[in-house]
Amino acid sequence: MQKRNSRIIIGAFFIAAFALFLLPSLVPGIDASLAFADEAAVASDADAITYAPAPKLTAADYPTIPGVNSRVVVWIVAQLHLWFGAFVLAVPIFVFIIEVIGMSTRDQRYDNMAYEFIKISITAFSLTAILGGLLVFCLILFYPDLFNYLATIFKGSMFAYALLFFVESAVLYVYYYGWHWLQGGFKKWVHLTLGLLLNASGLLLMFLANAWTTFMMSPSAVDAAGVFSGDTWAAIHNFLWNPINIHRTIANVAYGGSIVGAYAAFKFLSARNKEQRAHYDWMGYNANFIAIAALLPLPFAGYYLTAEMYVYSQQMGITLMGGVFAWIFIIQAVLIGALFLSANYYLWCGMGRSEGAHRYYPYIKYIAIVIVVSFLVWFTPHTLVLTNAELKSLGGPYHAVLGPLGIMPAKNTAVNLLILFTFLSFMFYRRANKIATVPWAAKGNAIQIALFTTGIINIFILGTYYGYYTNTVYKVAASIPQVLTTLVIIAISVAIDAFMYKGAKEVAPLRWGRVPARSQYALFLLAVSFTWLMGLMGYVRSGIRQHWHVTNIFRDNSPDAFTPGLGYAANVISIATIIFMAMVMFVFWLSTISSHKSKTAGYWKEQGT
Amino acid sequence: MNNFLKVAIFSLLTIGAFTAYSNFGIPQIVPAPPPVEEELDLGGMTMDQFIALGDKLYHGKGTCTLCHNELLRAPLLDDSVAMALKHMSDPNYKGEATNVEEYLHESFVKPSAYVVAGFGKAGSNDTESPMPDVSGGGIGLSEAEIAAVIAYLQDISGSEVTVSIPTDVPEETGDEESEGGGGRAPFESAEAIIAEFTCGACHKIAGEEGEMGPDLTQIGALRDRDHLRRALLDPNAEITDDFMEGMMPAYGDQLNANELEMLVNYMAGLK
Repeated sequence: MQKRNSRIIIGAFFIAAFALFLLPSLVPGIDASLAFADEAAVASDADAITYAPAPKLTAADYPTIPGVNSRVVVWIVAQLHLWFGAFVLAVPIFVFIIEVIGMSTRDQRYDNMAYEFIKISITAFSLTAILGGLLVFCLILFYPDLFNYLATIFKGSMFAYALLFFVESAVLYVYYYGWHWLQGGFKKWVHLTLGLLLNASGLLLMFLANAWTTFMMSPSAVDAAGVFSGDTWAAIHNFLWNPINIHRTIANVAYGGSIVGAYAAFKFLSARNKEQRAHYDWMGYNANFIAIAALLPLPFAGYYLTAEMYVYSQQMGITLMGGVFAWIFIIQAVLIGALFLSANYYLWCGMGRSEGAHRYYPYIKYIAIVIVVSFLVWFTPHTLVLTNAELKSLGGPYHAVLGPLGIMPAKNTAVNLLILFTFLSFMFYRRANKIATVPWAAKGNAIQIALFTTGIINIFILGTYYGYYTNTVYKVAASIPQVLTTLVIIAISVAIDAFMYKGAKEVAPLRWGRVPARSQYALFLLAVSFTWLMGLMGYVRSGIRQHWHVTNIFRDNSPDAFTPGLGYAANVISIATIIFMAMVMFVFWLSTISSHKSKTAGYWKEQGT
Repeated sequence: MNNFLKVAIFSLLTIGAFTAYSNFGIPQIVPAPPPVEEELDLGGMTMDQFIALGDKLYHGKGTCTLCHNELLRAPLLDDSVAMALKHMSDPNYKGEATNVEEYLHESFVKPSAYVVAGFGKAGSNDTESPMPDVSGGGIGLSEAEIAAVIAYLQDISGSEVTVSIPTDVPEETGDEESEGGGGRAPFESAEAIIAEFTCGACHKIAGEEGEMGPDLTQIGALRDRDHLRRALLDPNAEITDDFMEGMMPAYGDQLNANELEMLVNYMAGLK
């Protein structure tokens, strides 16, 4: 049986791999064998098609509706679509993982939780599609020339996208409605295969849509007039496509975890008995775990994306980090600080589930201090906007202490410490109710302490010596060994813990449901902060194109071509967030009423007789 | 319902806090409006005005200072003439220029013809420059504008300006930052410029009594026109005793060549 199952799962992976390569066969003009060939060679094969240059528009070429700001409408609809898209893409990823855990441990709680997660995402799936359709309508209505230009280049992949959407929908519905049918033995493997296909098609959909967005940022196979001379793959495989793909995939998982966490928190607060409280507490913990696990590598993915922007266009990179958008990263630091603080706070509250955690309480305050200080360093601005009088009294635009803390080496050091100490919180939480019984436990702990100590010293040296006493090249380069140090500490610590706590003695049980209500608000803070943060970064990702629809080749000449200031952008993001949260509450409510049944005694004929 | 309200209020307060911080907790920097088309009146330009145009383009539309600054993302260009002569004789030079003017032009439109060691694209082993062709794409300098920047670079290098002002480019138009003149009506007088930029907040000038910068009421008797122009374009180039560096903004981006000369003339007349 086991051998047969192995064959099935191997088959499933083959099907997923096939699905990944399904795209080229669906997209006209793409030959998968050429996918990684020299783009110039690919482009030369496509000389049969002639594309028009990017149109040169005037304000009159943009249709308007009185009283409607087209940019704000498109902005909000696109953002709502992206939020829901991120959610429905992420949930199947961790549902699949949780289902695998449930199957391998034969613990049905995991299976039930996975089902509850996917149940929430079903309604959100419809809303994602509706918002996607609305976005297309808005683009055609308000930006017809831009849409036409992009559709001409991406017609093949847009068609493939539509077909793939059908595939994803079909798989999702079978996956969801067949959940209880496809249980046990071979059927469970079939269900897992469907989960894999669902994720493969979902990711492909996102990658395709990412290509349209990143083409607008870093167009490929075009000349200075915007004449496209490649094929669909050349357009898809533009410079920033993969960095965005990586960043969005990780961010979506973290985001999906935070939204499901908010759902669990809401249900926990509304629970009517101990069992429900225990169930939703456990669900919230798992959702928070997913969010944090994906949140930890996210700064590195963001750093990679930004570095790639610099490589693509130094101007774009500098506009992003040192130009008008620089202050965004101070807001971003506040938001990410809120994410880390709320995630840690939730873990600390969760330690109250077991008496065994009391031994770790004294350390929490030190972790809190490090996290708060790291957060403060991260959000220290480099350049201060000052009046002349302030400049004179300060002796220049940079404060003697804050100035050095405002540059990237200090921020990189702070972020790495923030991540490491959040991981430490998590380690304490995981150990709360257990005591390691292996004979080498003391040595294992000593190795971990040594690892953390030397790692932190290394991060400090890299951040200070290379950050302040060498030239710019080393300043930037030092961030990579800093990241590697953090990753090595986490990886080795996880490995040591895995062996050290295998068969560990439980000293005090984890009492699910025994957490204060305020801990659940940490989960709401996580979800709201994440949503707002995604909105903010969406603004800057789009905004760095400035007055270009497609960077440097297709100019935006609409009345809204100006780059909005931060306050204005924040207001739009907040309105969109409120709309999104209202829709999410609607989704949560729908998932609740689906299990409610009203007694209708005497209403139906059969009951009356 | 009670919990629903609590959660809704908590979420709204969180969103409100982020909004308030973004609006009131950080400086509200309004990004520059998109560039607008502006005709260059090359025919009526003096060489000083042409150099001033180059200065304005260098610091504005050309976006040169994004990288060519003290952070050294790209080499400093304050002595680009000497650099050009050195680079042209370097075995790694792949261009075709035979003199400084041609070299500078080539470096603008074919930046990879010579890449200064350590400034190439990552992984290119200094064979490829990260600098874009300034005549295309998002920068889009016209030939006349490139010539103006070359003139400016030659001027700040302390060398002879060999560029001549193009006169046969009637169709030449360029994008100028609107704050540099394109998006507003041109200033009618030096007094209007002084009022607009509130020079009197720091300087004693035009009836104002600012004390944070030098007294300008008799500046024309103390400084020549070149000095005054430089002080407006690069205020930190020479700082008068008792005044601090970094206090005065450069006005090269905000005044067009005619306006700059108008202001210089006005100040030269203050005796």
